[in-house]
Amino acid sequence: MSIEVRVPTVLRKHTDGQKTVAAEGSTLRELVVDLERRNAGLGAALVGDDGSLHRFINVYVNDEDVRYLGGIETPLVDGDTVSILPAVAGG
Amino acid sequence: MTRARIDGRFDLDRTTYDALVEHARSDFPFEVCGLLAGADGRVLKHFPIPNAARSMTYYSMDPKSMLYAWNEIDDKDWDLLAIYHSHTHTEAFPSSTDVQLAVYADAVYLIVSLQDPAQPVIRGFGITDGVITERHVAVDGQDAPVGSR
Repeated sequence: MSIEVRVPTVLRKHTDGQKTVAAEGSTLRELVVDLERRNAGLGAALVGDDGSLHRFINVYVNDEDVRYLGGIETPLVDGDTVSILPAVAGG
Repeated sequence: MTRARIDGRFDLDRTTYDALVEHARSDFPFEVCGLLAGADGRVLKHFPIPNAARSMTYYSMDPKSMLYAWNEIDDKDWDLLAIYHSHTHTEAFPSSTDVQLAVYADAVYLIVSLQDPAQPVIRGFGITDGVITERHVAVDGQDAPVGSR
């Protein structure tokens, strides 16, 4: 069971500069926990203290925004690609 | 005109500059947004991104369009050089919301102002940890107009 995670430049400080890292989990929630274990700070950048996804972080499974899938409970299978991208917004 | 400390410059070619102004005008009075990517500080591609908020005072890049753009930038080993959006009724200076939501410290935040529709203004800023510094914007090596207000 391995999920490829694409890490944006602004979060590569948590991955020694690597663009992609591997992690495991049968849901996005489990993946976030495993990401944090392997790359301290990366999992924490995605979720708040209550365990929900940050509003201004976009997370995608195979290019689909998880807001339209199952959010933090989105199921994952071997070979999925998860992409992370801080939202760009302003006034 | 609101100013910030000048810290470095940002170079645009005329074609890209004109494309940004044209994009800003295309959905007036709503704000538009997009990305500029390239290498060695030179813009190689302009990605207009739909404003999911379609608002006169707010922009939020459509997540899927942004992902496709970002994947192309990353796959080609380009840099995300600039993040731009338009201000349709205010000057080309970051709003408090712009500062609050800025997370891409390595990119230049370009703002296209159509406050004076006849004289569009593009100014560039670095926004890091809430601190604004201005980039001197040049077009084909010449100073870009900064407007009177």
